Order: sequence, then C-alpha cells, then structure tokens
Amino acid sequence: MVHTLKGALALGTALLLATSAMAQDKRVVTWNADYDPIPLAAAEALIADFEAANPEIDIVLTNFDHEAYKNAIRNFLTADAPDLANWYAANRMRPFVEAGLFADISDVWANNGLTESLASSVLSSTIDGKQYAIPYTYYQWGIYYNRDAYKAAGVDVPGPEGVSWDQFLANCEKFKAAGIDCVTTGSSALWPVAGIFDYISMRTNGYQFHSDLAAGKISWTSPEVAAVFDNFGKLQPFVTENHAAIDWQDAAALLVQGKAANYVMGNFAVGVFKEGGMTNDNLGFMVFPEITPGIARAEEAPTDTIHLTSGAKNPEDAKTFLAYMASAEAQTKWNGAVGQLPTNKNASVDANDPFLTAGFNALSTATGGIAQFWDRDADAEYAKAGMEGFQQFLVQPDQRQAILDRLEQTRLRIYPQ
Amino acid sequence: MAQTTQPVGRRLTQRTLAPWLFLAPGMFMFTVYVLWPIVQSVTLSFYDWNGLYNGQGQFTGTFVGMGNYAELMSDPAFETSLWNNLKWLVLYMLALPIGLFIAIFLNQTVTGIRVYKSLFFFPFVISQVVVGLIFAWFYAPNFGLFYLLTESVFGKGTAILADPDLVTYGIIVAGLWPQIAYVMILYLTGLNNVAPDQIEAARLDGAKGWRMLWYVVLPQLRPATFIAVIVTVIGALRSFDLVSIMTNGGPFGSSRVLSYYMFEMALGEYGFRMGYGAAIAVVLFAIMMIFISGFIWKMWRDEKER
Repeated sequence: MVHTLKGALALGTALLLATSAMAQDKRVVTWNADYDPIPLAAAEALIADFEAANPEIDIVLTNFDHEAYKNAIRNFLTADAPDLANWYAANRMRPFVEAGLFADISDVWANNGLTESLASSVLSSTIDGKQYAIPYTYYQWGIYYNRDAYKAAGVDVPGPEGVSWDQFLANCEKFKAAGIDCVTTGSSALWPVAGIFDYISMRTNGYQFHSDLAAGKISWTSPEVAAVFDNFGKLQPFVTENHAAIDWQDAAALLVQGKAANYVMGNFAVGVFKEGGMTNDNLGFMVFPEITPGIARAEEAPTDTIHLTSGAKNPEDAKTFLAYMASAEAQTKWNGAVGQLPTNKNASVDANDPFLTAGFNALSTATGGIAQFWDRDADAEYAKAGMEGFQQFLVQPDQRQAILDRLEQTRLRIYPQ
Repeated sequence: MAQTTQPVGRRLTQRTLAPWLFLAPGMFMFTVYVLWPIVQSVTLSFYDWNGLYNGQGQFTGTFVGMGNYAELMSDPAFETSLWNNLKWLVLYMLALPIGLFIAIFLNQTVTGIRVYKSLFFFPFVISQVVVGLIFAWFYAPNFGLFYLLTESVFGKGTAILADPDLVTYGIIVAGLWPQIAYVMILYLTGLNNVAPDQIEAARLDGAKGWRMLWYVVLPQLRPATFIAVIVTVIGALRSFDLVSIMTNGGPFGSSRVLSYYMFEMALGEYGFRMGYGAAIAVVLFAIMMIFISGFIWKMWRDEKER
C-alpha cells in the first residue's frame, strides 16, 4: 500500500490507513520515504512483490517531498517514528545514530551474509563497528562529454577508458582555442564543485588521503594538499566562467548545446542530458583521468540507504523487509526501473544502458575504494566550509593561500588537535 | 437617587480591572508568540545543539555559555554578513528620495493617472520571490538581459551574481524595486493631505521648486517620512527572501546577510547548529532593537506632546 502526501496531512492519513489495515489482521510496517515519481513507482512495485511473498505483512509507505523530507525526518524520528526511514550513508547518518534514533541492524547484516554481498558498502554503513543502514542503490560519478563538441574542436574523442591527465589538459587548450568550455559546472548550490575537487584529490593522493582529509585529519597547509590545489589550478582556467551563478541544470544545457565539452557529474544527470536532446551516440562517459601514476583508482558513488528507527513499533517485520531490500532480486528490479546501480554485487544491471554498464564496470574495478561524495564523507559544517573554499578557488585562484588558511582554521576549530 | 451613583467598589473595578481585561487577549498572544520565543532564542544561544531529541525525547544539547558568541567574533562569514547588512541598510535608504520623487511626479491630474500609479505600485504587489526570480534572470550569465547589455557595451558580459564584489549590490537593486514602490505609495497618500492653503500662501510669498519642496511640502510629509524610514530600515534588516532566491548567499558566502546566515546555520542543509543560529538571531535582534527602541521613543514623545 502506498500513498503520497505532504506534511501533517500525511501523518493523519497514515494513522487512519494503518488502523484500517490492522483491521484486516495484517502486521503493519510503516516506511517514510522521499521519492520522486519514478523511484516511487519502483518502490511500489517492490512492496507489491514483498507483500505477495509475505501476505501477513503490510508495508505502508508515506512519501514526502524530497526537500521537505530533510527537515521532516528530524521531527518524525522523535515525535512519531515510522519503522523504516530513508536517508544517506556515512557521515550523513551519524547525527541520527549518535542521538540513538537509528537502530543497530548488525543482526540483519550477519544473518543474511550482507558483508559478503554488499561488500562495497560495508564501510559507509558502519559506525563504531555496527551497521545502521541497508544500502540499496548508488550511482557513479565521472566525466560526461559531448562527442559533437570534441569533433567541433577537432579533438580526438576519448574511449571509455578515458585519457591521461596531460592529454585532458592539452585537449582543454584546444577547446579554449575553439571557444568551447572544456569543463563545465554550475555551482550556485555549491556541491557540484566538490565532485571536481574530490576526483582531483583522490587522483593526486589516493583514496585514504582523501578520506582522511574529509575526516579533518589532514592539514590544509600540508604539501599533499598543495599538490591537489596545483592540479586544481591547472584545470581552473578551463572551467565555465560564471559557474557560481548557475545551477547544475543550466550547466547541463551548456553541454547539450555543445558550448561545453566535459561535465564532471553523477549519473542522474544523464536523464537531463537526454531530455535536452542528447542520445547514446553523442553523449559519452569516461572515468576521471589518472593524475599520479600508479595510485589505485577510487571512484565516487553516493549511496542511498534505508534505516530501522529506534522508535519502530514492528522491528521484526521491518527487518524482514530490510533483508529483502538488500537482496539481489529486489535491487536488480528497483535499480533497473530507476536507472541506478545496485549495491548488491550479485544483482545485475541493464546491459543496454551504456552509462550504467560503464558505471558498473568503473565501480567494480575501483580497487582504491568508493567515496561517498564530499558532503557525505565530511561533517556537515566542515563540508560546507570546504565547498565554499573550492568554489572560491575556481573563481579567484589568486586567493589560494587565504582559502587554505581559512580552511585550516575551520579544521582546527571543528577538530581540536 | 441611590440607583444612579454606582458603588465605589464597582467603579474601582471598572477603572482598574477593565483595561487589563481588554488588554489580556493581546498580552497573552504577545507573550506566547513574541516574548516567550525571544527568551527561548536567547537561552538556546548558550547551547550547542544539533536540533535532535534522543529516542527518549530528551534534549541532547550541551551548555557552552558564551561559546557561540565567542565563535561569532572570529567567524569571517559573520563579519561578511554584518558588512552586507550595513550595505543593505545604507543603500536601502535610497528608496526614500526615489520614492518621494516618483510620488511627486505622479501627484498630478492627467487622464489615466490611476493606471500609471498602479503600474508604479505593481512591484510591491508581486511576491518577493517573483522579484528575485525576475532579477536573477535579468542578471543571468549567457542569456540575461543585463549580461547581454554589458556584453554589447564592454565586449565582455558581467555576471553580477557570480561576482563576489558586486553580488550584494545586485540583490539590493532588486530589493529597491518593490521598496521604492512602497515608499511611493506612502508619500502619495501623504501628498493628498498636504494643505492646499499653505501651498497657496507659499506661492504668494514667491516660493517654488526646491525651496517649496524643502520648506513647505516636506515638513507636512513628516508622518509619511517617519513610517517610510521604519519600513525601510526593517525591510533592509530582515532581507532574506531575495538572498535566498537569487544566490543562496553565494558565491562562496559573499552575499550573506545576518538573517540568511542564521537560517543557514540553524536550518540549512549543512547547518543544524541551533545554538549558533540562535546566537546570530540574538545579535540581529539586538541591532533591530536599537532602531525599534528609537522609533518607540519617538512615538512615545509625540503622543505625550499632544
């Protein structure tokens, strides 16, 4: 059973529906989610399958508006907790775990062999040695490019394995000469610049360094960070000039129109590119170029998760459903419908979608590690300070020293040594 | 005639109790919705709290004393916000002379003047969100009218909202548009009440132009000016919607104002530092209090003179 409602109305109706369902002698599991229409339909299909296999359980999904959910979850977890709630892995779930609002589900992981089948997401689901999340989907980041723009500038179109960093920068020179933005981004919401920074950081110094940097363990005045900003500075002149005033969708339009050649983005942008008229023929995907030779390649893949709440009224059945969401079968179905990647390594992806296939290959061969994205790996306040610094550097590269000093001050304040 | 003279006790109740009874509903609302939240905000500003209650419904914050205020003192983002608020306060005052000028210009009887008046008043009627969107498109790089205009004049377009030095001025101009309309309507009503005999007398004495405006018309517009100053000062200090719609405080925080910074810290996606947000709110409240007490003091004085 699924219904889509907003705010207070949703609570009331959820209660009503819950009572009517109980009258049918079914055990109710409530689930609060923040799905857009396509993921919602996919979730409905999963619920139908689950209820068919477990006729005594009734999953009641209450869907929230995506933005409103971020505030709503803080209220409903304490005031009127559902059994299950959607959220994100890694540091984004930490406040709720520390306040004791998300329940420990290590037993679900242990009983279903999930450390094996969800191997790539164990770290991001674990806090202090216990698992608090079921990761059911993620999507790759990388460079999406416009083949027509490459041809227009007379640059060789890269293959799926990508190009070297030097080659990439040399290409950028040619794009600049042709009046095309080599790399575009729209950073009015800040986070898109973090994608570029994350990749340069991981390619320069490797996954562990980047992870430590996000955790506040590395000084912004260290030579390693200086090396990252050296590389960031090499890319800076080729990034769309007024990116600070535009949204990521506006930048997507630049790529679609061939005014920009490359876009460091997540796979969710493919839908926008295709709505703009691009096809599998002129839209390409490659992994971010290797910078320091020999470093194990790490990739960025933010994971979406479902959590059992501490206030759950029916934790037993909720855990049954969580185990189902972790299964290869459910993840294949949901991600196939939504166009994202399953976290279960036994699940399969649609072989006809070149971007999903490329992403699946890129992630499954990423021996360096899987990062969650800057604003999920770093503490919220630290993440914001960092992203403002990255954006400022891309606008005012001459302010580099001031930016690094300020970030270092922020680090010392948030993580007293 | 015992019936007509009321008992002393009852008269006392009427004199002393009745005013309080009539005031009670208002005072109740004021206490619950104004005074109590102020006390709560100030209290909260001494805590470090991420806005969560734990599973048992207990408050999870920790008392940090003046810690939040100490942090504010060395916070560069707070300093930027404070400066931007000052820019808003000073430049927003431009709404007064411009509004007055338009009001005088429109204060004539020509066919269709009502249409012109409503057209000038229009920006105040539409929502601030719409004003913000219109100006954001106006300034937008690549396709915005302003960008194309500067491109054709200087050869290189200026994207106001991407420029950390210009962005605040760009937003203030957007804010002035409806504010000028508001001030204009205040002055238009004021001009209706200007005594024609005084104008006549001044004209006989040979006053015209600037001198007429300065010595005869403006003094009579004092009540309108007073209200216009109040709404403009408060409008400048609580500027939030435009910043939020047009830039989200960016690029890299250069267009933040105190009210937006408070929102970011307390309720923004990367915020949820309730105590820190409350501390910013308290500072903003203190700044507003300076102006509000000034106005209340002036009104009090005017009432007593009557």
